[in-house]
Amino acid sequence: MSVPRYWRETKYRYRLIGQMCAQCGSVMFPRSGVCSPCGSVDLEEVKLAETGHVVTWTVVRNPPAGYMEYAPYLVALVELDDGVRVLSQLVDIEPIKMKTGMRVEAAFRRVKVDGNSGIIEYGYKFRPLIE
Amino acid sequence: MRLSRDVAVVGGGMTRFHHRIHAERTSRELFVEAALEAKCSVDNGFDLKDVEALFVGNFSSDAFEGQSHTAALMADWVGITPVAASRIEDACASSGVAVNLAAMAIASGAYDVVMVGGVEKMRGLTTEGVTDTLAMAADAVYEVGAGFTFPGLYAALASAHFAEYGSSWEQLAAIAIKNHHNGSLNPKAHFQREVMDIASSLGERNQMSFGDELEFLRSSLNPYIAYPLRLFDCCPISDGASVLILAAGERVREFTDSPVYIRGIGQASDAMALHDRESLTSLRATRLASDQAYKIAGVQADDIDVADVHDCFTIAELMATEDLGFFPKGEGGRAAVEGRTGLDGEISVNPDGGLKAKGHPVGATGAAMAYEIFKQLRGEAGRHQVAGAEIGLAHNVGASGATVSVQVYGR
Ligand SMILES: [Zn+2]
Repeated sequence: MSVPRYWRETKYRYRLIGQMCAQCGSVMFPRSGVCSPCGSVDLEEVKLAETGHVVTWTVVRNPPAGYMEYAPYLVALVELDDGVRVLSQLVDIEPIKMKTGMRVEAAFRRVKVDGNSGIIEYGYKFRPLIE
Repeated sequence: MRLSRDVAVVGGGMTRFHHRIHAERTSRELFVEAALEAKCSVDNGFDLKDVEALFVGNFSSDAFEGQSHTAALMADWVGITPVAASRIEDACASSGVAVNLAAMAIASGAYDVVMVGGVEKMRGLTTEGVTDTLAMAADAVYEVGAGFTFPGLYAALASAHFAEYGSSWEQLAAIAIKNHHNGSLNPKAHFQREVMDIASSLGERNQMSFGDELEFLRSSLNPYIAYPLRLFDCCPISDGASVLILAAGERVREFTDSPVYIRGIGQASDAMALHDRESLTSLRATRLASDQAYKIAGVQADDIDVADVHDCFTIAELMATEDLGFFPKGEGGRAAVEGRTGLDGEISVNPDGGLKAKGHPVGATGAAMAYEIFKQLRGEAGRHQVAGAEIGLAHNVGASGATVSVQVYGR
């Protein structure tokens, strides 16, 4: 991905910010400018929950450009405790230990290095929650 | 939605889907080959000058070949300028959508005779380059940016389906085995070998031997791509083109006494990224598009005799056979194991080998599905003919389900 395209979204990727609809109360991620349930544009930024559980997951062995150094790595669909779902890499866990339903928490990490510019991109990843 | 005039397929052609045999060829040459086969297939003869408009499905000739403006280029090379030529890009559903739009263009009364097809030349790039280009059809920020790939997205759907319905990788293997069998009977298919045949020759090279398909498919020669999906759960990277000639009902008899009518069409979209989907075990766009197509055609799922469904990964075929209504939710895998989707099953699914064995030159796939159903309903499918097929369906999916097109065909 080009660097400008990534940076446009950086704030939201780095801080896990979604939007809340002032009309119907829906919380969405990523924010889009329109509430998909009700069509309202009266939206506020809202900080999302940083803990949740794994809904589904896999192990990527043939990664996209910029992710080679991490492969093979875990990715998952995580449902946050406020009901919002996000896709993310999982870290600090071996694939063999993975279980659907596992509790996880957000961690902010280096996501990839742009091969052309060398710019390091940061964002959220998730790791097992130690309770 | 409805079709206000009859529309029929009167001719069809496609290149073989393959990588090596097309190594020296570009999109335009592939498309011309398919177009000329389509022209020659018209029973009463066909003059290309009768084409009034061209619709071309193409995903990314820009990235694959450094060539945009693909539809006008194809019109030029087929020799049908100055007709209106339009390119449609909806990821892997590009030419399925193109077929729908071409049918609508005729039904609207705008044109009587239309050429529609698809083309993709993917193998100009390395496998890594292809992976990155295909990833453009997913959400670049929130899916690929999280490290997902296409196999990764479908693997996540597979994991969710396994968890919700108790379906299994062995069921996916049955789909791969069936589609390789069908591909072995199809001279247009990328892979024309049974899984056991591949197991023997790969095994010999690696000093291994296998008692049956599952033993081979569980071995290190079938590595994981994205758990639980292994190499044989994924379609290959192929080059190819496919072309159909469509005509308005009033004009059909000029061209053939054996037309295949497009009885119904449907199309729907869905949230691009998996985190916004209402379900991870069903594609809503498949359900909606097929409902529309069934309604327009006045048929039901169990009226379908033969279907080409979008099996970019084996899990995609399993889910499609459920979402199209062929089997209840959660029973698609068992149905495949029991042979109910085989060539002589109650509903033949992917008799041409599907994307899995026939190949998947992304932009050419939807029109190639229509080509297969055209051949099947005319009884011209050769060794993979489904006996007595009268009503057929084509189901084309863009990426992980954000676009789906469906057509129902009948005599
Ligand atoms: Zn709202």
